[in-house]
Amino acid sequence: MQVLSPATWREALEAKAAHPDAGAIQGGTDVMVELNFDRHHSATLIDLGRVTELCEWERDNGRVRLGAGVPYARIVAELREPLPGLALAARTVGSPQIRNRGSVGGNLGAASPAGDAHPPLLAGGAVVEAQSAARGVRLIDVADFYLGPKRNALEPDELIAAVLMPVARGPQQFSKIGTRNAMVIAACSFAVAFDQTARTVGTGIGSAGPTPLRAAEAEAFLAAALDERGAWEGGRRLDAGTLERFGELVSAAARPIDDVRATAAFRRHALGVMAQRTAAWALDLSLEG
Amino acid sequence: MSQTPTLPAPVYPREAPARDGVGASVRRADARLKVSGGFDYSSDLSADQALWGSTVRSPHAHARIRGIDIAQALAHPGVRAVLTHADVPGAKCYGLKVADQPVLASDVVRYHGEPVALVAADHPETARRAAAKVIVDYEPLPPLVDPEQALGADAPRLHPDGNVVKHVHLERGDVAGAAAQADVVVRGTYEVGMQDQAFLGPESGLAIPTDTGVELHVATQWLHDDRRQLAACLALPEEAVHVVGAGVGGAFGGREDLSMQVHASMLALHTRRPVRIVYGREESFFGHVHRHPARLHYEHGATADGRLAYVRGRILLDGGAYASKSAAVCLVASGTAVGPYVVPNVAFDLHAIYTNNPPCGAMRGFGAVQTCFAYEAQMDRLAEALGIDPVELRRRNAIETGSQMPTGQRVDGPAPVAELLERLQAMPLPAEPAAGAPRDLRELPGGVSNTTHGEGVRRGIGYAVGFKNVGMGGGVDDYSTARVRVSEDRGEPLVEVHTAACEVGQGGITIHEQIARDELGIQRVVVLTPDTSVGSAGCTAGSRQTWITGGAVKTACEAVRAELLRRAVERCGASDTALAVKGGAVVADTGALLAPVAELVAGDPIDETREYRPPRRTQPLDENGQGDSFLTFGFAAHRAVVDVDVDLGLVRVVEIATVQDVGRAINPLAVEGQIEGGIAQGLGLALMEEVQVRDGIVRNPSFTDYLIPTILDMPPVRTEILEYPQPLAPYGLNGVGEPPTIASTAAILSALRAATGRPLTRVPVRPDDIVEMQAA
Repeated sequence: MQVLSPATWREALEAKAAHPDAGAIQGGTDVMVELNFDRHHSATLIDLGRVTELCEWERDNGRVRLGAGVPYARIVAELREPLPGLALAARTVGSPQIRNRGSVGGNLGAASPAGDAHPPLLAGGAVVEAQSAARGVRLIDVADFYLGPKRNALEPDELIAAVLMPVARGPQQFSKIGTRNAMVIAACSFAVAFDQTARTVGTGIGSAGPTPLRAAEAEAFLAAALDERGAWEGGRRLDAGTLERFGELVSAAARPIDDVRATAAFRRHALGVMAQRTAAWALDLSLEG
Repeated sequence: MSQTPTLPAPVYPREAPARDGVGASVRRADARLKVSGGFDYSSDLSADQALWGSTVRSPHAHARIRGIDIAQALAHPGVRAVLTHADVPGAKCYGLKVADQPVLASDVVRYHGEPVALVAADHPETARRAAAKVIVDYEPLPPLVDPEQALGADAPRLHPDGNVVKHVHLERGDVAGAAAQADVVVRGTYEVGMQDQAFLGPESGLAIPTDTGVELHVATQWLHDDRRQLAACLALPEEAVHVVGAGVGGAFGGREDLSMQVHASMLALHTRRPVRIVYGREESFFGHVHRHPARLHYEHGATADGRLAYVRGRILLDGGAYASKSAAVCLVASGTAVGPYVVPNVAFDLHAIYTNNPPCGAMRGFGAVQTCFAYEAQMDRLAEALGIDPVELRRRNAIETGSQMPTGQRVDGPAPVAELLERLQAMPLPAEPAAGAPRDLRELPGGVSNTTHGEGVRRGIGYAVGFKNVGMGGGVDDYSTARVRVSEDRGEPLVEVHTAACEVGQGGITIHEQIARDELGIQRVVVLTPDTSVGSAGCTAGSRQTWITGGAVKTACEAVRAELLRRAVERCGASDTALAVKGGAVVADTGALLAPVAELVAGDPIDETREYRPPRRTQPLDENGQGDSFLTFGFAAHRAVVDVDVDLGLVRVVEIATVQDVGRAINPLAVEGQIEGGIAQGLGLALMEEVQVRDGIVRNPSFTDYLIPTILDMPPVRTEILEYPQPLAPYGLNGVGEPPTIASTAAILSALRAATGRPLTRVPVRPDDIVEMQAA
């Protein structure tokens, strides 16, 4: 195997253009496992570890441009205020060692439905900034980025430069199910983001379908209910039935299977519970009420 | 190898020796090396010119082999050998008790992952890639994976003698008569999933060809039994096979059976070069046996005042493809079937069955874990049916010294079962969370995954008590050998202890140091690398090494001491008072110094080898499951406090409290370590650890999906250690390694039932078992 080690982003894009079959490696928390199991079949690997600009983030115009290689540990430490949903999800990734290496760019590149970053990216309306030497920047709505299990919308000559994520304009939550209380791959996960300015609800479902999913019907239902009750600023009670219905719609949007991590039935059930709880936490509602 | 071997190197280099003897909390000799990364595990071995071995394994659970084509693999650049069953020099099969497991499969494979061929190459990756080029022509056969079905008369036979590895029929008293009169009867069927030992150091070793045979450095549990099996398979006399204990990264029973031992040796003998084999994590799941999955049917009858009248039942243990230790596991399951309770009338049938599932054998707790989960669930059920407090019901039926077991054996050692429960119940409970106060996510079910902020969380408390025999039972000649040498080194006395006992993490080396220091009054003690140049120490298993090899070290030390005193008298004349060795010198009762040890051994070391056997021989069980089959028993009780999210089925164990009788704590710190580690393993079985097998295929051979508890899953442990001297053992000690793993699982399950009201008859508990789900 050939390993290319570009020093700059420009060189990285040129390397990718010259080797469209090449795989990209950043923290290695996923690619190295694939390599060890002989499941990674690119003859060339582009190591992005020297491309320092990938590990930077900046905030302007109401959004965060998060470099593809910013490790989860930094997202937890530095982005809790502008991107609370993503920071919550980042905290649940693997172990401290994995959080020091793993990045959102890695989650997107691998496009595993179980990636912890996907639900908050979907719920928060993230846009993937792909780039190629030939055509420059291409922005892809994250909802259009996931094509199937471990398949994404990148062209062969493209690399992920960054994720553009709107600064939260309302509460966000994330919750993940695993049969261990830390260091566990999601059996299923759920993110919700409330935009109190635009009066919209965003959702993301992880590990309960061939790709990360949005629950569009649930989003519209809950936004309408909040409009109707004037409950966008929290503090007002939504009746239990509304939250239950939201949970049902989230469950219904999932397309889970039975596997070693959980049964499909449990995944659906758990998504409903997580949807109700996270919405209640976000809106400071009492579920028992 | 030779008659008067040179001494091997110290197993760990040590600077300042610890001062402490028996009963002191001495820090382990290997602690610093292990936490600083300096410890040499068997996977760290190297030798000049060493080749790397790789193993071709069956992707099928059951298949006929029509042919094996090694030509492409052999032609792969860098490959030095490709071997198949035809190249096995001696016996084609091996086994701990029954030699039924092929070194390499010939005509048929019986489980997923069974070894079929071997490759040796210059580089491990080359070996792996060449292994993928070995073409095996399989004709898949339907796998027989249900033990109940395998027991049936019309089931296909997986082995020439049928599918039953072991059957124990246990009968005592008059069950039918008792059943007719019982006031309350409860029945239950329970299941235990397949747990893995999940030791952190995968199977590995280094085989070096010698002039006469082979020298194997390997992480194992019993050097001499490895040698016995190796010699047979390699067609070598045992003297030509030298086995040296390498650094072991955990065992828990999973290193009792051979894994890469014969394979590396065959490749080394064939290529005349040293050969390393180091399994990765995935291969390790196929490289060793697992805990027997079990299906247990129980019926308990009691009188209205809460006395057990009878227990009857049926237990099926899935032994998988080969015999391994199934028969012995079946024996322990028989002996522990009704728990540490007085039951006058008992009838059980236990079977260990061959299937096409992965082979199962020894794992910490060894048959007693499976039965404890079932009998303790039954005790809770019975308590509920009787309206009696579950701890009180247990206390009322607890065995004590003098009680008779269902096997007819009388318990003559300490059996403080009622006291364990009383003390446990008297221990304070962890505080309830303050109502309404925000809680740290790490204290809640789901932990940092942020699944609840208190919603749906119910607390439950459960008790369980468990026990297991200590030492090898069933008539096995249980003994160990120790060689102790005292010499003069730079003007100071030096003690060297040489045994073949494998340190698998339990702390045996430190224990042997403590014993020698105590017996000989000499501070500087070095334990030498275990190997087969000294007599057998038996297996590091059955909670036996502190007792049996500790006993051998003590006995050898006594012989050395006698010789020291003899020399002192010879030199200084007879003394009026008793003599002792203290502070590195022979001293009289009066404190008068006769002679420094260093002077007595200068130029003439004392070197004594002794065997130790405990003062009781066990017997096999007879056709009714009767006999004094066990050396003695160890007891521990556990109380679990759990928080369960009943809506999501997630669990946080809040605290485990435990009381264990250890006879005498030779090293209290090490005892605590065994207790906490054993509880973690019991917690794993209760909540998450399962090798998932479908149609004989292992679905989760990785630590990504075979989950073991993390620091955020393992709660604080409140421990009380009792020391009732075990009369048969040196220092009054008892085995401590296994009891912590036995009832901890059952206690957690009891707490979960208390919190949820669900029956929870299977471990590990899955979220689906806890939550009430709407039909899809």
